[in-house]
Amino acid sequence: MLQDKDRIFTNIYGWQDSGLKAAKKRGDWDDTAGFIKKGKDWIISEMKASGLRGRGGAGFPTGVKWSFMPDPEKTGKPHYLVINADESEPGTCKDRDIMRFEPHKLLEGALLAGFAMGAHAAYIYIRGEFYNEGSALVKAIEEAYDAGLLGKNAAKSGWDFDVYLHRGAGAYICGEETALLESLEGKKGQPRNKPPFPAMAGLYACPTTVNNVETIAVAPTILRRGGSWFSGFGRDEKNTGTKLFCISGHVNQPCNVEEEMGIGLKELLEKHAGGVRGGWDNLLAVIPGGSSTPLLPRDICSTVKMDFDSLREVQSGLGTAGVIVMDKSTDIVYAIARLSFFYMHESCGQCTPCREGTGWLWRTMQRMVTGNATVEEIDMLYDLTKEIEGHTICAHGDASAWPIQGLIRHFRPVMEKRILEYRKTAKAA
Amino acid sequence: MKPKFEPNAEYQPKDFSFKNKKKVDEILARYPSNQARSAIMPLLDLAQRQVGEEGAKAKTPYGGWIPRAAMDEIADVVGQPPIKVYEVATFYSMYNLAPVGKYLVQCCTTTPCWLRGSADIVKACEKELGAHLGETTEDGLFTAIEVECLGACVNAPMVQINDDYYEDLTPENMTQILKDLKEGKKVSVGSQQGRRGSMAVEGPTTLEDLAKKEKVV
Repeated sequence: MLQDKDRIFTNIYGWQDSGLKAAKKRGDWDDTAGFIKKGKDWIISEMKASGLRGRGGAGFPTGVKWSFMPDPEKTGKPHYLVINADESEPGTCKDRDIMRFEPHKLLEGALLAGFAMGAHAAYIYIRGEFYNEGSALVKAIEEAYDAGLLGKNAAKSGWDFDVYLHRGAGAYICGEETALLESLEGKKGQPRNKPPFPAMAGLYACPTTVNNVETIAVAPTILRRGGSWFSGFGRDEKNTGTKLFCISGHVNQPCNVEEEMGIGLKELLEKHAGGVRGGWDNLLAVIPGGSSTPLLPRDICSTVKMDFDSLREVQSGLGTAGVIVMDKSTDIVYAIARLSFFYMHESCGQCTPCREGTGWLWRTMQRMVTGNATVEEIDMLYDLTKEIEGHTICAHGDASAWPIQGLIRHFRPVMEKRILEYRKTAKAA
Repeated sequence: MKPKFEPNAEYQPKDFSFKNKKKVDEILARYPSNQARSAIMPLLDLAQRQVGEEGAKAKTPYGGWIPRAAMDEIADVVGQPPIKVYEVATFYSMYNLAPVGKYLVQCCTTTPCWLRGSADIVKACEKELGAHLGETTEDGLFTAIEVECLGACVNAPMVQINDDYYEDLTPENMTQILKDLKEGKKVSVGSQQGRRGSMAVEGPTTLEDLAKKEKVV
């Protein structure tokens, strides 16, 4: 179990003030210029050594991503850092706490990341519903400007750096990086084809890197304590560090908590969330990494470790580490059907397989909830998810398919039983 | 789901102009000078808030929404054809394209909230307001709608009323919040169980020394 001295976010519950003075006491903005003077190559190599993988869901190695940015002198274009604060994945609420209680970690990280990729400006794209969180961030940005930590010669580092906040307006799809860039340019949030990748042509067709809030916010501490400190946590060099977990659903005490990468799922729930409602035996299933990741039945939950590769081995994923717990009272078919509605509602409508397919999934799932279907339709439903998955510009199509695939993989007997029971009552009537 | 955009509806006012010109300039200054289009979203938000401020004082009160005239004004400001603004306004769910109640009650019913009893919260809302989801009460005070995940899953079930989140709800305190708003009383936002942020309700399981120092436990 992670010790308190190794926790990065010491104010994640907002016990202390989120302002600059208190943040500095917690160690933020301590000799930021010193890191910048060591040069961008040093920053990127420390980030690579830390093994940090993006915290927004896809888990791409952060140091490698930063190193993709071209040389600003060769491109002759401005470079941009864009911070993805569009946290909308059901089950996930960690970035919200960073922004309202630890905003200076994010801003310091933005400066360091921006410098490492040759960017003089960062846009933070926050979901519109987070109005108060955005205001907290605006306050922190103003404080940082007043203290000379942002703006010209930011933190006396010799690097000019501006940070702007851009509020979204209620579209899950804008958490996809290219949709986010479209939205930032004042358009509908519809994902772009890749290539070109944002590092070549992103915001305003300039080199851009999009990072999640948590990814940027842990960077200063990694540089301060060293990449090897961070990589000392976790099972191997590909699954390192500390991670904010959001535990929601049927646990006795839902909470956010920072833990070591690779902590056992059972240990995580029992140590921090007061255990499953009614005890471990009352557990039905867990969605381990936000709504897009396939659910896991209890026997897998008993042993699985919470990191990228362990969860991949059981055909799920760490995603955003939004752990949704469901006990035996749950109508598991409806729980997944409700997610199908979510994906239908949030499809941007650009690609046919997703626009039409998510509606099909929802309508079929509605019938699966009552049992008004045939057993063969379960296979049709599975085929349909395979027709959507991998056939769209962005991963929204995949994300709509995976929860249903997980349901069929682990709970097919429940679906079949429901169909047979429906038939029996229909016949009797 | 939000009502359709009806550009020629009766309720559409003829004119709109921004009252806070300084704010408009401030918004435009956030983006490179040749990228004014980026300002469409913040300007739509500004327009919605301006209409909402007027609506809060009106005889039959109403909440923030974006008339077509405002979209045309924004198109002028950013130098784009109006359709470019219409397509943004209709794409994003937070822009209200028709009048709504003074208090827009957005009930989250996505799976994490549903697991914690959001269906009962919706029922409590509908009962207290005497209106179904999607309808506005006759006194113009409330519109309740169903929304997708609002990103406060650890504090589920929750609703958002205008800018504020109300978390850790029960049907009882949901009803009380609506009653208090109706009577113009002050309501406390955030967790209705009084817990700090997203820590475990019975006290934290980490950072315990700090919790003692800060007198959290």
